[in-house]
Amino acid sequence: MGQKITIDPVTRVEGHARVTIQLDDSNQVSQTYLHIDQFRGFEKFSEGRLFFEMPSITPRICGICPVSHHLASAKACDVVAGVEPPRPATLLRQMLHMGQIVQSHALHFFHLASPDLLFGFDADPAIRNVAGLVQVNPDLALKAIRLRKYGQEVIRHLSGRKIHMNWAVPGGVSAPLSEASRDAILGDVEEMIGIAQAGISVAKEWLGANQDVVQRFANFPSMYMGMTNQGALELYDGPVRLIDAQGNQVVEFDGADYLDHVQERTEDWTYLKFPYYKAMGWPEGVYRVAPLARLNIADHITTPLANEELKSFKALAEGPVQATLYYHYARLIEALYGLEQIQVLCHDEDILSEDIRNTRTHITGHGVGVIEAPRGTLWHDYHTDENGVITRVNLIVATGNNNWAMSNAVDMVAKEFVKGSDVTEGMLNRVEAAIRAYDPCLSCSTHAVGQMPLIVEVTDANGERLERFVRN
Amino acid sequence: MAKLTLCSDWLDVCSGCHMSLLDIDEVLVALLDSVQLLSTPITDLKHPPEEGADIGILTGAVSNDHQEAVAKRMRERVKILISMGDCSVFGGICAMRNFFDAEQVLQYAYTETDSTAPGQQVPRSPEIAKLYPKVRPLRDVVKVDYYIPGCPPSANTIAYVLTELVAGREPKWTDELLRYG
Repeated sequence: MGQKITIDPVTRVEGHARVTIQLDDSNQVSQTYLHIDQFRGFEKFSEGRLFFEMPSITPRICGICPVSHHLASAKACDVVAGVEPPRPATLLRQMLHMGQIVQSHALHFFHLASPDLLFGFDADPAIRNVAGLVQVNPDLALKAIRLRKYGQEVIRHLSGRKIHMNWAVPGGVSAPLSEASRDAILGDVEEMIGIAQAGISVAKEWLGANQDVVQRFANFPSMYMGMTNQGALELYDGPVRLIDAQGNQVVEFDGADYLDHVQERTEDWTYLKFPYYKAMGWPEGVYRVAPLARLNIADHITTPLANEELKSFKALAEGPVQATLYYHYARLIEALYGLEQIQVLCHDEDILSEDIRNTRTHITGHGVGVIEAPRGTLWHDYHTDENGVITRVNLIVATGNNNWAMSNAVDMVAKEFVKGSDVTEGMLNRVEAAIRAYDPCLSCSTHAVGQMPLIVEVTDANGERLERFVRN
Repeated sequence: MAKLTLCSDWLDVCSGCHMSLLDIDEVLVALLDSVQLLSTPITDLKHPPEEGADIGILTGAVSNDHQEAVAKRMRERVKILISMGDCSVFGGICAMRNFFDAEQVLQYAYTETDSTAPGQQVPRSPEIAKLYPKVRPLRDVVKVDYYIPGCPPSANTIAYVLTELVAGREPKWTDELLRYG
C-alpha cells in the first residue's frame, strides 16, 4: 500500500472537512476521499417539539443559508397546518429567499472563488485572497462587500434579523414589509445589478482565457436535478425535474413525492450521506444540483438581463454544460436573477399588503417542504400527531445532493494534477478548489487576510510520517 | 505598534457566528489595520501557530473528539480565549441531542430515516471524528476568558468586543449588546 496525503482541514469551506489522497506504490493517485466530520442529529432531536417551532430550530442547521431552512420548514408547516398562505405572504417569502441567493452567491464568488481565478491556483497564497484583492483591485473588493451586505439587508428589512430569523410561520409570515423598507431595497438595486454584472465579466473573462484548465478540471457528465416552472428557472416553488447527461428529461415530479424518486446511501468514511435517483439505483442514479444543474435544466429565465446571460451560458455546449468551473458563472447568473426578481417583487401591488397570514389551523399530520437553496434542492419532511407534536423528521440537505459530485471532482482533480512524487502547494490548492467550486454549505469563506501556510503530511500505511510540506 | 494577532475556529456549529462576524462589513476592513488574522475558517492557515497568538475565538459546542482537540490546541496557543455564540456558551441547539441517547440518534439518521436505503450502516471508520455521548459547552473542556452569547451574537456586539480589546480596554457588554437566542 502506498502513501497517503492528508489536507486537514480543508479551509474556506464550512465545518471540518478533510481530504485524504491515497497514493499507490508508484506514487500515482489511486483514490481520493472527502471526509465530513460533523454530525448533530436534527432529525432525531426534533422529535417531541411542536411543529411550529421547526422554522426557528432548523435554520440553525446552517448559518450561511438559514433562510433556506426557515422557508422549507415554513412550507412544510403550511401543509402540516392544512393552511395556504395568502398571496402577499408568498411574495414576501420569495423576496427573503432572493435576498439570500444574492448574499450567499456574492460571498462565494467574490470573497472565496475570485482570488483563485484572478491570481491563479499557483499564486503566492499570501496574496491569493481577499486582502490581495483589496490591494490589486480595491474597487472590486469594496463592491464585493457591498453586494453581500445588500442581500443581508434585504433579509433584515423583511425578517428583522440577518441570521436565524423568526418570521415565516405556518400560513404566512409574522410581519409585513414597510414602505420605507421597500423603498430602501429598491433604491440600491440598480447599483447591485451593476456589481453582479461586473462579477459576471470577471468570471467570463477568466473562463474564456483559461479553457485548457476549465476543460481538464473535473469536467464530467452527470444527470442534473432542480426545480423548474414550466421550463423557467425557479428557486421557490415548483416541480422538481431530473435530466440526463444529454439534457433529456428523465422524470419530473411533485417535490412532496420525493421518496418515490430519491434515496440515500451511507459510506463508512463520511457523515454526509449520498442521495441518488431511486429508479436507477446506486451508482447509476447519481446527479448534480445547484446553479450549474438549475441552468442546465432551465430553458429560460423570467427576468431579462439574466435571460440574456443564460443564452451565453447555453451557447457553451451542445447539451448540458458539464465542467465544474462553470458553476461560478452559473452562480453569478442566478445572483443577477435574484436582484432582478427583487425589483419585480418590489413593484408588485401586493407587496405592502398586511394580509400576510392565514391563521386557520387544521392539523393534517404530515407535510413536505421543498425549496431550491443556493446550494441545491432542499427537503424538509415532518410527521406529527393530532396535536402537531413532531413524531418523525426527514431532511435531505442541499449540499448532500452534491456529495457524489464533490467526491468525484476531488478524485478527478487529484488524479489530473497531483503528482505524488513531487507534491506542491498549488496542486493541493486545486484539490481544495474542486470542493469550493460546489460551494458546499461548508462555505463560509472569505479568504481574508494574513499568512496562509498549509501543512501537509505524507504518511505511510501505518501512519508514520514520511514527509512534511509547509505552505508559507 | 505591532498588530494584535487573532485566530478563530468552529466546533459543533452552523457557521452563523462567523457569518455575523462578516456582517460587521466595512468595520472589518478598518479592524484589519490593527488586527492580523492568522488561522481562521476564512483564511488558509490551518492551525494557530505554535509561537502563540493574542486572541482566540471559538464558536460551537464540543460534540466529538476532533472538536475537543481543536479547542485544547487553541487554548494552549492564545492569551485570551473568547467563547462565542449560544452553542459555545451553553451547548445551544446542538445540546438538544442530549435529551436522546447518542447511539439512537446515529442509528436514526443513518439507518432509519425515510429516504435512507435499506441495509445502510452508521459511519464508524477511524478516519472520521468519533461522536461523544453528550454535547458540552466550551467551558467544560477548556478555560474561557470571555463569553459572548447569542444565536448568533449581533454584528454590533462582535464589533464592539473586538474594538475594545484592540484598544486595550476591558469590554463590558450589556443591554442591547447582550442577547440570548
